[in-house]
Amino acid sequence: MNSEGTILDIQGPIVIAQLPSALIGEQVKLGSEGLMGEVIAREDGRAIIQVYENTEGLRPEGPATALGSQLSVELGPGLLGGIFDGLQRPLNTMLDLTGERIERGLVVSAIDRNRRWAFVPAEELKVGAQVSGGTILGTVPENETITHRILMPPDIAGELHDLVPAGEYAVDDVIGRVRDRYGNIHKLHLSSRWPVRIPRPFGKRDNAVQPLITGQRIMDTFFPLLKGGKGAIPGPFGAGKTVLQQQIARWSDAQIVIYVGCGERGNELTEVLDTFPKLTDPRTGRPLMERTLLVANTSNMPVVAREVSVYVGMTIGEYFRDQGYDVVIVADSTSRWAEALREVSGRLGQMPVEEGYPAYLGSTLSAFYERAGRVVTLNGNHGSVTLIGAVSPPGGDFSEPVTSHTKDIIQTFWALSKDLADARHYPAVDWLESFSLFVDAAAKWWHENINEDWMRLRNAALRLLSESEELARIVNLVGVEALSGQQRWTLETAKLIREGLLQQSALEPQDSFCSPQKQFLMLKLMIEIYNRGAEMLRIGMPVQELLRQPLMAKARRWKIVYSSEDIEGLEKELQAIEPTFDALRTEYASPVQSTGAKADLS
Amino acid sequence: MSMLEYRSSAWARGGLLAMRNVPGVALGDRVAVRDHLGNRRNGQVIRSSSEMVLIQIFEGTDNLDLERTWVRFLDQPFELALAPEMLGRVFNGVGQPRDGRPPIISSLARNVNGAAINPAARAYPREFIQTGISTIDGMNTLVRGQKLPVFSGSGLPHNRLAAQIVRQAKLLAYGDDNREGQESFALVFAAMGVSHSDAQFFEESFEESGVLGQVVNFINLADDPPIERLILPRVALTCAEYLAFDLGMHVLVVMTDMTYYAEALREIATGKGDVPARKGFPGYLYSDLAEIYERAGRVRNKKGSITLIPVVSMPSDDITHPVPDLTGYITEGQIVLSRELMAANIQPPVSVLPSLSRLMKDGIGEGMTREDHARVSSQLFASYAKAQEVRSLAAIIGAEELSQEDNQYLKFAEAFEQRFVSQGEHEDRSIFHTLDLAWEILSLLPKEALTRLSEKDIEAHYLSTGTQ
Ligand SMILES: Nc1ncnc2c1ncn2[C@@H]1O[C@H](COP(=O)(O)OP(=O)(O)O)[C@@H](O)[C@H]1O
Ligand SMILES: [Mg+2]
Repeated sequence: MNSEGTILDIQGPIVIAQLPSALIGEQVKLGSEGLMGEVIAREDGRAIIQVYENTEGLRPEGPATALGSQLSVELGPGLLGGIFDGLQRPLNTMLDLTGERIERGLVVSAIDRNRRWAFVPAEELKVGAQVSGGTILGTVPENETITHRILMPPDIAGELHDLVPAGEYAVDDVIGRVRDRYGNIHKLHLSSRWPVRIPRPFGKRDNAVQPLITGQRIMDTFFPLLKGGKGAIPGPFGAGKTVLQQQIARWSDAQIVIYVGCGERGNELTEVLDTFPKLTDPRTGRPLMERTLLVANTSNMPVVAREVSVYVGMTIGEYFRDQGYDVVIVADSTSRWAEALREVSGRLGQMPVEEGYPAYLGSTLSAFYERAGRVVTLNGNHGSVTLIGAVSPPGGDFSEPVTSHTKDIIQTFWALSKDLADARHYPAVDWLESFSLFVDAAAKWWHENINEDWMRLRNAALRLLSESEELARIVNLVGVEALSGQQRWTLETAKLIREGLLQQSALEPQDSFCSPQKQFLMLKLMIEIYNRGAEMLRIGMPVQELLRQPLMAKARRWKIVYSSEDIEGLEKELQAIEPTFDALRTEYASPVQSTGAKADLS
Repeated sequence: MSMLEYRSSAWARGGLLAMRNVPGVALGDRVAVRDHLGNRRNGQVIRSSSEMVLIQIFEGTDNLDLERTWVRFLDQPFELALAPEMLGRVFNGVGQPRDGRPPIISSLARNVNGAAINPAARAYPREFIQTGISTIDGMNTLVRGQKLPVFSGSGLPHNRLAAQIVRQAKLLAYGDDNREGQESFALVFAAMGVSHSDAQFFEESFEESGVLGQVVNFINLADDPPIERLILPRVALTCAEYLAFDLGMHVLVVMTDMTYYAEALREIATGKGDVPARKGFPGYLYSDLAEIYERAGRVRNKKGSITLIPVVSMPSDDITHPVPDLTGYITEGQIVLSRELMAANIQPPVSVLPSLSRLMKDGIGEGMTREDHARVSSQLFASYAKAQEVRSLAAIIGAEELSQEDNQYLKFAEAFEQRFVSQGEHEDRSIFHTLDLAWEILSLLPKEALTRLSEKDIEAHYLSTGTQ
């Protein structure tokens, strides 16, 4: 299938070669080092190739070989817990092979070919049965957390000719055969390949129904995302995109997490590699690394491989979805991927439309985000891919092309604000700019599983926050003295909500993850304080007096005083609110005071 | 092939030289150009096709007489010869001596572009470097292997700050007296487009701190060819990598000024006709800067480290300008200088709110600095941010109208700037001094306002005399 040609022109990551028969999307090997690339356009007998590796040292007249296949990933047991580059080469194996620097032209298998896996064939599957794409052939214990379901590749169907008995097999061993309707025999293995630019097929789309619980209050309680949804985290540098994505990777109740480091810092991936094996999943108690997979193409790695890396992550995600899992993909940052597109299109001389981006930016982004979703798989189970992309707008300007296109595509938008980050209000999610289209769907879950008051209290808190914004404007014009006691109280409880509820430090062990129960109780406590305080004002208590109450400082520390498990502690605090305010009431309900209060009300 | 000289130049402009009909030249290869005066210029192939080869000339293309320009393709990538004798030397942007001494001869030479560090090979930086500067140590801690730029503006004292860091940086773990033995410390100084007087200032400052013998200088001054600035940081970092990962030294790299570097890149990009993204800078500026900045760090099982302090001047003090903006997206934080503070005579004028150290969290706390460090820092940020709000309020309604608590915030902000931020150019504060000072200033606020601190912290450190 290979066809040979020669290099004509090298310009950064773009190479033009004389390759008359190569197809668009076909893989090409270039130069004496065998650098890998992919045909992205054709002009007469010439192929325009984007190269995944640094093209330094390539020469015109050097060899170009079209390989007859598209860029694809290997899918099978042994991927979880690993770190791969943008081309799915395992970085740890590369480290062993060539040392600390990444060498070019290295071909390394994603999966250990020698390792043997304990395969157990599916019980109900008999020889002669009709099997098709997605049929579960059996299982392999990937690790203590995840059972790997071995599926029929999506593009094969027919009659099961044979299937091996339970036993130990390597990924290249034939575990069975299928005879298709033309009589051709297809061999089955524990692993298979799939081209990354083609979405893996599924039965049909289904509605997302369950919130993705991230343990982050501003997300779960205020701007929820559903499993199978699409979310974005835009923000200027230093606003907290990466930390928030790492928090989701750590604490969310997904079964599989794929972390795509796309054009960002090397040390951030090192941090994940260092910390995840030591952290345990709050739900399974197992090391987080067992459910996690990293795709790493850092900012200093070749730009074309960066463009590919998001597709590699997505395809692996879809593969686990097809096994019936809820998968979360975090991509940090989608802007770097878009910039890779821009760089390639710029070198091709394509007409830029906005800030140098090609006209197809929007459609490329939306086609990619469309691969997320909750589906009925080919074998009739449910699985989902939730996609959360960080967006890095130049100068923090949300009107730039990548942010604005993304905003049109996604369902939950967690807008990070520089002002909040500068004041070290983390997560710096701006409650006025952010939105979620999933609040009603999430409410159903909260009402069924946690408490029926969720929606009411959440809305009350948001209302307080936005009212306080108005009030702050007044204060900034004429000073706080212009506010009534009630208004002052609104302002101050909004502040309490911001500091005691919205602020949540990823670095604080007690607070890094917040269970839904704890989230709800804290929300309820805050609103309770507001309501009781408002009552006191009505009977004439001066607002200054109210603000002096030790409760106001104490409430700001509840989040670190009580762990997610210590629900009882928070419930006690809730019960203590009434007596606390009752005591205040008796103090202020003395005859003199209450006359004053009446005069106030009339 | 390296013996052949070509004279087939098609055109030359803006640092670019195009050659026709030179077959089979490898991208990135080094080129030697001899101009009509017999002077040698250095070049590198940046595009190669069968018909045309495009070369960037580091000395620029001014006064090139195409008829009398001879070009030799050296058939080798751009490499730098490396040897321990580089310490104490001064080179230009392409690595040739500037100090009148002989060039470095070595059997070891490396491609100046370097190869990317495998992310799985990195070791996470976590060793606290005490700079003796309160705003950095206390609130934006630097660790070994970090890349932490200084964002500045024209006329702001970024050079003084960088020099003070060089002078005072030490590892706490090795005691107060010095770096862990002089021999394992090295400084790589990369100057791009700086003035003679600034270069002089640095030299004197290195001399004064007694590190001259440990410094490798790569100097391109304001009146040197701008295109040379494109290769200079790569040459300097190739040297730094050698010192750090071959010789096991802890290398501090000071790079100034990255904005001039980026402007040189823009010049070449424009000449090539690259599609501009913002402010005329090419879309690949991010990747290009990342190739430089990401060379800092630590590597597993290797002794040395590269800590990188680039100086980035913000044109018109605009932090959203592409160069500081993209830098901030790549580096592990930033130290931002402010003209307002400087006008108020606060030195060094570090504006803490937009400053950040992303690697701070793992380098501080019990056993490294002090147990309360993270919370004290967080409280300082929160209180100072609040104080700024109060200030703008006071500007509108007048300080007399402020509440008592708000007045306390004004006092706090005043003390914070005058006593915590402001410190002498030669004042070297220990981290403990810095933290104690922070408590003194925080104690100007009522205890109830210090919600980022634990009750235990307040019990242990709050100075009750501070209030009122
Ligand atoms: N949720 C959080 N809790 C605590 N600190 C945070 C949080 N989010 C961000 N930070 C702080 O802000 C810094 C920058 O965050 P990061 O996620 O790296 O920003 P971005 O990716 O947007 O540039 C972090 O190093 C950390 O110090
Ligand atoms: Mg980030």
